[in-house]
Amino acid sequence: MMEDGALLAARGLELHFGAIPALDGVDADLWPGEVLAIVGESGSGKTTLLDVLSGRMRPDAGHVQVRSADGGVSDLGTMPAPALRALHRSDWGFIHQNPRDALRMRVSAGGNVGERMMAQGSRHYGSIRAAAIDWLQQVEIDPSRIDDMPGTFSGGMLQRLQIARTLVTHPRLVFMDEPTGGLDVSVQARLLDLIRTLVARLGIAVVLVTHDIAVARLLAGRIMVMQRGRVVETGLTDQVLDDPQHGYTQLLVSSVLSA
Amino acid sequence: MTEDTMTDDTMTEDTMTDDTMTDYTFAYLDEQTKRMIRRALLKAVAIPGHQVPFGSREMPLPYGWGTGGIQVTASILGRDDVLKVIDQGADDTTNAVSIRRFFARTAGVATTTHTADATIIQTRHRIPEHPLHEGQILVFQVPMPEPMSKLQPSRAETRRMHAMAEYGLMHVKLYEDITRYGHIATSYDYPVMVHGRYLMSPSPIPAFDNPKLHRSAALQLFGAGREKRIYAIPPHTDVVSLDFDDHPFRAIRAPHACALCNDATTYLDEVVTDDRGTRMYVCSDTDHCTTRVAAQEAA
Amino acid sequence: MAYVAVKGGERAIDASHAWLASARRGDPALPAIDAAQVQAQLGRAVDRVMAEGACYDRELAARAILQAQGDLIEAAFLLRAFRTTLPRFGHSRPVDTAAMRLQRRVSAIFKDMPGGQLLGPTYDYTHRLLDPTLSEAPPAPPEADAAPGDTPPVFAILNHEGLVEPDPAPSAAAPADLTREPLAFPAGRDTRLQALARGDEGFLLALGYSTQRGWGGTHPFVGELRVGEAAVWLEPPELGFPIDIGDLVLTECQMVNQFAGSKTAPPQFTRGYGLCFGHGERKAMGMALVDRALRAEELGEATGAPAQDIEFVLYHSDNVEATGFVEHLKLPHYVDFQSELETIRRMRADVEAAPLQEAAE
Repeated sequence: MMEDGALLAARGLELHFGAIPALDGVDADLWPGEVLAIVGESGSGKTTLLDVLSGRMRPDAGHVQVRSADGGVSDLGTMPAPALRALHRSDWGFIHQNPRDALRMRVSAGGNVGERMMAQGSRHYGSIRAAAIDWLQQVEIDPSRIDDMPGTFSGGMLQRLQIARTLVTHPRLVFMDEPTGGLDVSVQARLLDLIRTLVARLGIAVVLVTHDIAVARLLAGRIMVMQRGRVVETGLTDQVLDDPQHGYTQLLVSSVLSA
Repeated sequence: MTEDTMTDDTMTEDTMTDDTMTDYTFAYLDEQTKRMIRRALLKAVAIPGHQVPFGSREMPLPYGWGTGGIQVTASILGRDDVLKVIDQGADDTTNAVSIRRFFARTAGVATTTHTADATIIQTRHRIPEHPLHEGQILVFQVPMPEPMSKLQPSRAETRRMHAMAEYGLMHVKLYEDITRYGHIATSYDYPVMVHGRYLMSPSPIPAFDNPKLHRSAALQLFGAGREKRIYAIPPHTDVVSLDFDDHPFRAIRAPHACALCNDATTYLDEVVTDDRGTRMYVCSDTDHCTTRVAAQEAA
Repeated sequence: MAYVAVKGGERAIDASHAWLASARRGDPALPAIDAAQVQAQLGRAVDRVMAEGACYDRELAARAILQAQGDLIEAAFLLRAFRTTLPRFGHSRPVDTAAMRLQRRVSAIFKDMPGGQLLGPTYDYTHRLLDPTLSEAPPAPPEADAAPGDTPPVFAILNHEGLVEPDPAPSAAAPADLTREPLAFPAGRDTRLQALARGDEGFLLALGYSTQRGWGGTHPFVGELRVGEAAVWLEPPELGFPIDIGDLVLTECQMVNQFAGSKTAPPQFTRGYGLCFGHGERKAMGMALVDRALRAEELGEATGAPAQDIEFVLYHSDNVEATGFVEHLKLPHYVDFQSELETIRRMRADVEAAPLQEAAE
């Protein structure tokens, strides 16, 4: 089912919580270097889709296929747990809405950034530290804060630290769950700008979940609109948002305009 | 050392105790239990460094006082074995005496203080200075078999991490040490990689003893009674202390020579001799020290 | 000064044991207590030692209490160490607590119910005044039992309406046995209940209490608490039919908890279960509260409180394990401490040598 060159492909995903369908026949494709936004209100199934695409949750039915760095294709449903975990700590990354869920709050900023390098076998303290300093600069954190605990950082800094920690090993695919949620508007703008720059420069593919149409418009080339577990509309972001076809998309877009 | 001193120290301890316990089976544990433990030991030897869960029994000694080591020793002990028991390197510390007596009472085996003469050595917190030879078994008492327990308290999660060989977290801890103190600050129970696969706690031996684990000629068995885990290092297995290329592992000892035998290479105890802070440094391995002193006096 | 620090262990242990024996006996002018007296007059202590020692033998428990000078954890340890040497004949059938010969049975959720409330021997309504006359005249014997009729479990009444979750379906698999197989996770309810039944009364009390104070909120009611004798039936394979091998005094608590329902289950009352050897109401109630709290994840409730963390509770409920590991800190640790001393000295030397240099370099 997977087309040549695609990074990830999902077909016929179904997932129910009791009687409530969280995913109801969802298909999705992702290509290298593209940013795909999944938008919808809370309860639309967008976060569940992210969890299923990233293998954190298993669907009741349907498949997710992924292409590894060496070009081989495998099915997430039959992938052994060690392979999936290995994928998550090398080729993939996950940015959580709450950086405290991902960061080690009792480990210094440098240790947080260096962890994935060490997990992949880096054994030179000096080069791990140099990479940490480089990445702190890339996410606009003063490198003199390298030995400080994350608890002393502001919310925006914590989120940037999480991004540095994830990108340090140059993953090809990053899942983002409301990366700017819970931040002040001015902080959000700066963070979005940073994400856009980094993603473009590194050529990372991103699956981005957001309830915020403006975030999708700024970051994503393609968009999927979800309602009650179904994809109601999908296409190029500008096309979908400028000329929404489905009533629900029209509602979402107009509520942004009026807000 | 002369033949005479050897016989003197190689004693059968049931002459020292009033009652060899005839109501219990040889070495206390019933044969079913010993077989269960031996199966766990075989598995442990087959997968070096991997913690094998086992049905640890309640022993008549408290948890944390060597019940794991005692169960391992009881399961491998034969009537012809010669047993040595040390705690902190010494044969005469109270817990070593208590465990040696336990086996003297329940198995009636010969005991010794001489490292070279023992077939089985049960130890807490030290590896003898005298190199071990083929055919010897070193049994470690282990309080906390999980090397990552201080970083990840959930055993369900650490088991997963071992299964996936996810050990980045352990290096994060070392990274933090260097960042904060300028060097790795772990001085005992220093984690090791066994045979390039499993991260392992060497038990709370001083890091000074870690190099002795590497390619030892003896079989090294580890028993954790309360945590119900057994693991092993077969003879001649690679055991590497974790470190960074630019911050290599260093074995630390007090920079002195032993006040009794003058050895400047052994691990030393610091003994406070008065209330004005006067100290003397002596070998922690009492057998090593007395043997050297005896040889010096004879010369 | 002579170097004597590590010698003398043998003599020290002998001397310590002799001193202990003398301290245990106390003033020889006073008569020695007999194990039979302990069994008869310190019954609650005997019960607790049997429960935490996981061995039902009143006489041995009484002897253990005497040997331990009344230190009940030490006594439970003695009983455990003995128990582990016993051969194992097989598993009994599940004990039928509904058919208990009751000494006591109370329910907090109904004023009266079939079989009635039976107060029995309880401290509940005593005034806690030290009684100077306790050792004097022997008390009058209790009135003869008005033999209670049928006393079905209280939750069976709720069950008629489907308001309370039914008993879990019996499993064909043999129940887990912690004394043979080490804990593994996820731990099933059979494992959890066994661990709790052997667990420390104080620990379960504190955890149960914490759930009442909001650390893992439950809204518990004592559905039923019963104390009495239950028969133990064993079916030896060579016989092919069960035989009654004796009676145990047991305390059983069925705690009823409100449950809002989930995506898969309708709103109904759920149950937490407590059972222990002997007369131990505090233990059985604490156990029932904790059992229910440990089901939070299974029932789709919010988790995060200590009493809801299965690994935390199960790894720390056993007082024989806990006391061993805490008390082992008394053993010599001077080899490790020495290595720490050297490390600290080295760090201090580093700092003094280069006070301005950055520590990380």
